[in-house]
Amino acid sequence: MPQLPLRLKSPITSLVGSALLILLGLVPVAATVLDDPFMLTLFTRVVIMAIAAVSLNLILGYGGMVSFGHAAYIGIGGYAIGILAHHGINEAWIQWPVALIGSALSALLIGLLSLRTKGIFFIMLTLALAQLVYYLGNGAYAYGGDDGLTIQQRSSFGGLIDLNDKESLFYLCWVLLVLTLWLTYRIVNSRFGMVLQGAKSNDRRMATLGFPVFRYRLTAFVIAGTLCGLAGILTATYTDFISPAMMHWTRSGDLIVMVVLGGMGSLFGPLFGAFTFLMLEEILSSWTEYWKIVFGPILLLVVLFARGGIDGAMVRGAAGYALTGLVTLFAMYIVHYLWYDDWMPAAIVLAVAALAIVAIWLRQRRTGGQHG
Amino acid sequence: MTLLLVEQFLNGLQIGLLLFLLAAGLTLVFGIMDLVNLAHGSLYMMGAFFAAVLTEWTGSFLAGALLALPATALLGIVTEVIALRNLYTRDHLDHVLATFGLILFFNELARVLFGVGGMAIPLPDSLLTHFEILPGLPYPTYRFLIILVGLLCAGFLYVLVQRTRLGMLIRAGATNREMVGALGVDIKLLFTLVFGLGSALAALAGLMAAPITTVQIGMGDNILILALVVIVIGGIGSIRGAFIASLLIGLVDTMGRAFLPNMLGTVLSPADAGTVSEALSSMLIYILMSGVLILRPAGLFPAPGR
Repeated sequence: MPQLPLRLKSPITSLVGSALLILLGLVPVAATVLDDPFMLTLFTRVVIMAIAAVSLNLILGYGGMVSFGHAAYIGIGGYAIGILAHHGINEAWIQWPVALIGSALSALLIGLLSLRTKGIFFIMLTLALAQLVYYLGNGAYAYGGDDGLTIQQRSSFGGLIDLNDKESLFYLCWVLLVLTLWLTYRIVNSRFGMVLQGAKSNDRRMATLGFPVFRYRLTAFVIAGTLCGLAGILTATYTDFISPAMMHWTRSGDLIVMVVLGGMGSLFGPLFGAFTFLMLEEILSSWTEYWKIVFGPILLLVVLFARGGIDGAMVRGAAGYALTGLVTLFAMYIVHYLWYDDWMPAAIVLAVAALAIVAIWLRQRRTGGQHG
Repeated sequence: MTLLLVEQFLNGLQIGLLLFLLAAGLTLVFGIMDLVNLAHGSLYMMGAFFAAVLTEWTGSFLAGALLALPATALLGIVTEVIALRNLYTRDHLDHVLATFGLILFFNELARVLFGVGGMAIPLPDSLLTHFEILPGLPYPTYRFLIILVGLLCAGFLYVLVQRTRLGMLIRAGATNREMVGALGVDIKLLFTLVFGLGSALAALAGLMAAPITTVQIGMGDNILILALVVIVIGGIGSIRGAFIASLLIGLVDTMGRAFLPNMLGTVLSPADAGTVSEALSSMLIYILMSGVLILRPAGLFPAPGR
């Protein structure tokens, strides 16, 4: 099998990614038809986490900066909304810009300090600075401290969009996700994005060519932080609640997991990752309270055997496997939806998926390792 | 005031030494195998749970503790052989992810095996006493024991790393792994041994801390971050650096918690001052770390060759 570079633009990824986006856009319709408001809640979360993951991918996947403190911006965005609402300021025209500027400024500060270091020290420094923010939230006793703060009233757009309406909120998140993806696409394919990716593979060479690598990285870092702050705004809005737990370091870990699971440095990768992560959580946790005992090893297996994540599998010509996996996930969700805690139908779906994967494997072997 | 200062100094020393036990294993594994092991906190937790169960079973804290150490070392070795051995050549991001998966796994495993409620390790009566460390200053015997064990372990590690053949290989491995392998040392076995040693140290920290706090799910998650801070401040791979950094962190944290409430109490109500000072002293640690890294990007005592 010829080795293709992972970053090669793959039509199949874009196709599947767009299809997934459109399917997500149809969720409110499905929720209305099936008369199930919970479905909307789940997928609102998927869409919001996808925005956060896409923003992390900009620096992690394209820039090679392993930020282990990305959840801090979710917290900052959320706290800005919560604190302003607490003081009776509900106009989105004030709340949202304050939250975004707050995220941007903190990303600037964190970036200024941490981008001087490399490798593991960068990971640790971003983690430490995010912990600072976390404890800041913990100590903010006027805003609930450890317990968090309930947001009494969602931000108002002056009648333009009603955020209390679940469908409007979902579509707002969805549109923002599409915009985030589009922005990322434009950034990555611009001169700026090329420098960023060049600095990932060889920063010394880029510096020698005359590019101020630090400034490029810092800019990307701030953009990613701001976009993640947007995810924070949406999280606070749809849960009506802020607490330090939303920026605990394990949340940052979750975000990294989503990006790597989906595929680093791929436009739609984080979307696949967030989708898979949250669907697995939803499905596995309905079978067993101890769902992480299954999820942990899955993560380990992905790291050990499926490098490049879901996107990588598609690009490497294993699109059949990746697609089967995604379709299985969808089928599992439907099964899970129809027979909530009965494991038999789910086992049947899993068996069918296993058979399909074996079939793909056999077909590939017969055609002499051609791409399936 | 001086007595309070001495007492808080001892508390800081005690926390610092517990942190050192955890950080020593972490820095060895990190320094020699270049492996970022987030699951080290899980071994700390599993060690505490093992000790709790074994103490219940044998009826003796000492026996429980002594049995929990090899049990956790074994668990660590099994984890290394099954899951982590294949990761050494990968980059740090893969380590972070895979061991993050292990954290999830171990936390749930502990929930399945030992229940959600957590456990307590009851101390024998002989350790529940106080004795006068200075005239007019009684100090709990058990906390004093922690300091003693911590110092003994630090001494043991010093001798092991500086004065034995195994220690020589460990130091050589931290400087240049490939060369040690090329000289005919069974590097795989060395790695596994070091991992087992690190796991036992983590378990020791966990079971020593357990009677003061409680044994609960996720108890390793937050202290792991502190241990990571310690090894980064101390310089990765350096036991000496880990020792100094953990004492530093322990003292900063304790002193912050002990004296900030009074200082803030002049401005804020007591309850608020408590909340704020707890957060503030936690933040002090991270400010300290950021400061060290900005001034000395490789930590205070970087191992040679890194």
